[in-house]
Amino acid sequence: MDSNIAPSQPSVPTVVSPPMLQNEPPAIAARTVNVFYGEKHALKDVTIDIYRRQVTAFIGPSGCGKSTFLRCFNRMNDIIETCRVTGRITLDGGDIYDPRLDVVQLRARVGMVFQKPNPFPKSIYDNIAYGPRIHGLTTSRKELDNVVEQSLRRAALWDEVKDRLSEPGTALSGGQQQRLCIARAIAVSPDVILMDEPCSALDPIATAKIEELMDELRQDYTIIIVTHSMQQAARVSQRTAFFHLGELVEVGPTEEIFTRPQDKRTQDYITGRFG
Amino acid sequence: MMQPLHAPPNEAGVSALPRRVAESMMPTEERIGSRHTDAAAEARLRARYAAQRRFKAYGVLAIGVAIGALLWLLITLLSNGVTAFVQTNLRLAITFDPAVVDPQGNQSPESLAQGDFGRVIRDALRQRFPDAQGRVAVRNLLALLSSGAEFELRDRVIADPSMIGTTQPVWVLASSDVDMFRKGFFEKAADGGAGGRLNAQQVAWIEELAASGDLALQWNRLFFKAGDSRDPELVGVLGGVLGSFFTLFVCLVLAFPFGVAAAIYLEEFAPKNRFTDIIEVNINNLAAVPSIIFGLLGLAVFLNFFGMPRSAPLVGGIVLALMSLPTIIIASRAALRAVPPSIREAAYGLGASKMQVVLHHVLPLGLPGMLTGSIIAMAQALGETAPLLMIGMVAFIVDIPQGLTSSATALPVQIFMWADNPERGFVEKTSAAIIVLLAFLLTMNAIAIFLRKKFERRW
Ligand SMILES: Nc1ncnc2c1ncn2[C@@H]1O[C@H](COP(=O)(O)OP(=O)(O)OP(=O)(O)O)[C@@H](O)[C@H]1O
Ligand SMILES: [Mg+2]
Repeated sequence: MDSNIAPSQPSVPTVVSPPMLQNEPPAIAARTVNVFYGEKHALKDVTIDIYRRQVTAFIGPSGCGKSTFLRCFNRMNDIIETCRVTGRITLDGGDIYDPRLDVVQLRARVGMVFQKPNPFPKSIYDNIAYGPRIHGLTTSRKELDNVVEQSLRRAALWDEVKDRLSEPGTALSGGQQQRLCIARAIAVSPDVILMDEPCSALDPIATAKIEELMDELRQDYTIIIVTHSMQQAARVSQRTAFFHLGELVEVGPTEEIFTRPQDKRTQDYITGRFG
Repeated sequence: MMQPLHAPPNEAGVSALPRRVAESMMPTEERIGSRHTDAAAEARLRARYAAQRRFKAYGVLAIGVAIGALLWLLITLLSNGVTAFVQTNLRLAITFDPAVVDPQGNQSPESLAQGDFGRVIRDALRQRFPDAQGRVAVRNLLALLSSGAEFELRDRVIADPSMIGTTQPVWVLASSDVDMFRKGFFEKAADGGAGGRLNAQQVAWIEELAASGDLALQWNRLFFKAGDSRDPELVGVLGGVLGSFFTLFVCLVLAFPFGVAAAIYLEEFAPKNRFTDIIEVNINNLAAVPSIIFGLLGLAVFLNFFGMPRSAPLVGGIVLALMSLPTIIIASRAALRAVPPSIREAAYGLGASKMQVVLHHVLPLGLPGMLTGSIIAMAQALGETAPLLMIGMVAFIVDIPQGLTSSATALPVQIFMWADNPERGFVEKTSAAIIVLLAFLLTMNAIAIFLRKKFERRW
């Protein structure tokens, strides 16, 4: 096995976790995960630990399997007929591919924000309220109103939309829609938020807002973000994982990956020599 | 001179690679000017625009032909059919002799139902033309009246019994021959007769009535109140309209829920395996089965095996539902498939169950398409006659259907049967019935558009 891969126990010294997390067990632990799309082997023996209250960035050239891996954490790959996942992924110690586990519950715990903003063609309010409603998180209209407001506030969207909550979410600008999707994800109060290139369609201002938001959200949530921007990975993440051709090449604290990459491929990628 | 979009390759500031490529592709002496501005390029551009203009012209031509054909059809129909909405009536001074019209003398509907209203009309007409003497002349005179005139008059007296015992001018229905003559469809012959149906004497009587203002075209209420009849002046579309309505009602109530449910199951829940593949192929096959086969099925299964009533809208509706199901399933599946996957992903990502994804997101977004498909299937079913043939709905039925199991025919069947009738008076009724059918269709489509607009949502 590749020596650069994070070991199963965070106490093993090859990988330095941020000081505050030294002794905490990982929120998510993936062990020898393989993903196949039919015959295609998209992800090969990936082993990684994801820690609580951190942003972990997945970087790597297009088609290397970042999204595929991300979708393993909330079992979105289940929807794809041809997709097959092997290996073991645990969330807080529980195997998420356990056949007895309820996917609906898992996805409530592991929220996801997609690359392309995908608000429901419903009102802004109903977009946010949808998750709490289907999971029965609130008992009264007032409580629901409160959840909607808090989620929109945390997503830094409240001031822009507070007067037009009944307008369709699809009528917002792209950046606002993406923040709406983030608010929708946090309204369910998940433990983990997965973000697949959340800023790829946004301008620098909207991007800055969302990055700020991620920094704030990581106080409470475990965040995994896929990004094509090295700067973004460097700005928002505490740990970075570099993927190449379906393999996890290297994972470690973000400064280390960007300043002292262990692997030639990582170095080439972050300095822009391929990708 | 047009400014070239890209700088010429020999200008400074262009990256090395494009310049090398461009130079190698071009003869050396012509390197001034771009490959996109020289004469050959302009010719290519002109050819491209010409192709586009030609293509547009074909399109305009096709639409023009379609609109022209449609207009021609509509104009023919309207000009042929519009006269059917008015009917010729005669004004006669009728004496309502109580002894004749009210045999029991109590003015009750039962008593009036036994009254001989035909006689009071005939008497009034003979009084109007006392010169008609002898059996033949009297028969010719009475031929000006419609055989249905007395029933209409009786209904009027039942509604207003105060007419009994009085003598007053009343409009009564004229025969179809008088009607055709009045509407100008009968040529006057050399002997003074008309259209081969009226003799000179009859024409003279008609002209005398017309001269005194006692012959007029009036709104044809009967056409919207009556069912079929042997006499063209007495026919109405109500029987056909209600028959079609009941049939379509049964068809919609059966086909829409079953079709949509089947589509949702096949599209969203069914595993993709051999078995569902076979089902899918067979649904497509069923959509192509000739409709008369469904009629045979209806005859064999519903009439002969289950013993359902013949000529009933219930059976017609079931047969048409079987016929529309494949269309509705195919259209509904296409509508479901058109729902963007990003919406499903968003819902799944929030932890919605499959059922919730379908009911909360996919179905509302697919519904407009499903409705459109279903209405098209219904419109097709409305125009079907072949499957109805086998289950006895192609029949001469005078009574207005009262419900799903009473004998009925359908509007297109009615049209077909009238068109088959050689009498001149049926020509305009046929066109008028087609106009009613088209209005029926337009109403259905308008409802479809309204529903689609109502449910349509942007994403
Ligand atoms: N639904 C699918 N069916 C078949 N193959 C797939 C499917 N989705 C992804 N793949 C393949 O799996 C590999 C990894 O895809 P993935 O989307 O994870 O890449 P990625 O790293 O997210 O790329 P990008 O940065 O371009 O988003 C690719 O080679 C892709 O062709
Ligand atoms: Mg991706």
